[in-house]
Amino acid sequence: MAIVRKSDSLGETSVTPEAIFWKRREFIKSFTGALSVSALAPGIVLSDNTVAQKSSKMIGEELRGELSSEFVVTHHNNFYEFSTDKQEPSRKARNFKPDSNWKINISGEVDKPGDYTLERILSRVNEEERIYRLRCVEAWSMVVPWTGFELNQLISLVKPTSKAKFVEFKTLHDPEVFPGQKRGAFGSYTLPWPYSEGLTIQEANHPLTILATGVYGKPLPGQNGAPLRLVVPWKYGFKSIKSIVSIRFTQEQPVSTWNERLPNEYGFYANVNPKVDHPRWSQATERRITDESFFGVKRIPTKPFNGYAGEVAHLYKGLDLRKFF
Amino acid sequence: MNKQLGLKIFVHCTSWLPLVWLVYAALNQLLGGDPQTKLMHELGLWGLIFLLASLSMTPLKNVSGYSGWIRYRRLLGLYSYFYLILHVLTYFWLYLDFSVHDLADEIVKRPYIMIGAVGILLMTPLAITSTRYAQKRLGKSWKKLHKMVYFIAFAGLVHQIWQSKSDINEPMIYICWWVVLMLLRVEKVVGLVKMESSRSKQSA
Repeated sequence: MAIVRKSDSLGETSVTPEAIFWKRREFIKSFTGALSVSALAPGIVLSDNTVAQKSSKMIGEELRGELSSEFVVTHHNNFYEFSTDKQEPSRKARNFKPDSNWKINISGEVDKPGDYTLERILSRVNEEERIYRLRCVEAWSMVVPWTGFELNQLISLVKPTSKAKFVEFKTLHDPEVFPGQKRGAFGSYTLPWPYSEGLTIQEANHPLTILATGVYGKPLPGQNGAPLRLVVPWKYGFKSIKSIVSIRFTQEQPVSTWNERLPNEYGFYANVNPKVDHPRWSQATERRITDESFFGVKRIPTKPFNGYAGEVAHLYKGLDLRKFF
Repeated sequence: MNKQLGLKIFVHCTSWLPLVWLVYAALNQLLGGDPQTKLMHELGLWGLIFLLASLSMTPLKNVSGYSGWIRYRRLLGLYSYFYLILHVLTYFWLYLDFSVHDLADEIVKRPYIMIGAVGILLMTPLAITSTRYAQKRLGKSWKKLHKMVYFIAFAGLVHQIWQSKSDINEPMIYICWWVVLMLLRVEKVVGLVKMESSRSKQSA
């Protein structure tokens, strides 16, 4: 897989005031629901215009020295479709090797719905390497070199309508592939399947939001969400849904599986926030996993929006982050 | 006599196996991507397993009719305490860097840590009074004191379920184990009451 590195010659450019205006306006209105549909349309288009304005921070080159080892990235995975244990997915995913015929169904408020093969999508987008911090809601973290493309590239291919305010993603539901989707020994499911996640259209269009197809310069291993997964680096890891088979554009806020399961512990937004504790543990610090040695973990303070506040905080202006955690 | 001694040595050796394995695995990077957390969880789990095993000795004696089981009740209980102390120490060391302030903060803020802490605190007097001397000295109150072990096991189970995120299949194994033990006790209590009442009827 070729990795195209985009030049960061554009440098730290700021978003035009107009774009910020529309984004903020649209964001606030998506909660009040008071804005008319026609007025929303320009905001959605505008968020596409921000794509070109990518800062070097978004590429993550300065994080290269902090990379977590390939072993921990591929052997410490929360992928309940395989197992609730973190090492088991690396064993159970050995035979899960989806190819480029993998289909992604695109539906809802779009002009071009349909089944898209991964091959078809990849022929129309630019893949590149992104080094992102990954912060799990369980308070451990890593630095991961992904290969992928900005989700906004796919969004502009399928052309959402003006009614599209959210994007919903679903993981493959197939207990033959994912043993964790079967009932447990005592008859209970670990989670309501299939796993479902969602973003606002602004979050989905943000240049930091990528669909990843590889990690460490290799195609995604099964345990990391082959062949296509979401990566939203300023949110807790559970938002970054794996092995995606469905992308739906909706007017209503989609179901987020963990939010559905334990609404007082996991919010829809799930932005990394050191000031809002999980009810059962603190989020003020995190355990950064650098490698698999016994002392390959260090406790460091957690940054607001996982260190991407400069890039994304404007999306949440006026939003009470304690209430919408 | 030799057979008994052999069995005791066997139980001792078996009880050390989980710890030997965990230390070996930790040194050889066999505990996955986050070995510290894995070690801490495994120590806690073995503490719970030894506790439930200890509580199973009396029912095993009653069911099998072989009184030898009872010899391992205290031994397994002390191994449980040993593993749980290691569990707490690894947490205090690897998660809190031995910060007493952080420990107090976590206990107050997190109910599942609170109930775990209560369990281990209540277990301490049981470990101290586990000697034959203390048993004789305390007489009847020794039995009363050691009945607390059922609540301690309950606290351990709550602690385990509460910290798990969503999957209750694994904790269910230990809950079922504990429920069976409790039912056996209830049966014993019911049996005693029945005997008492029939005795009082006879005397009436």
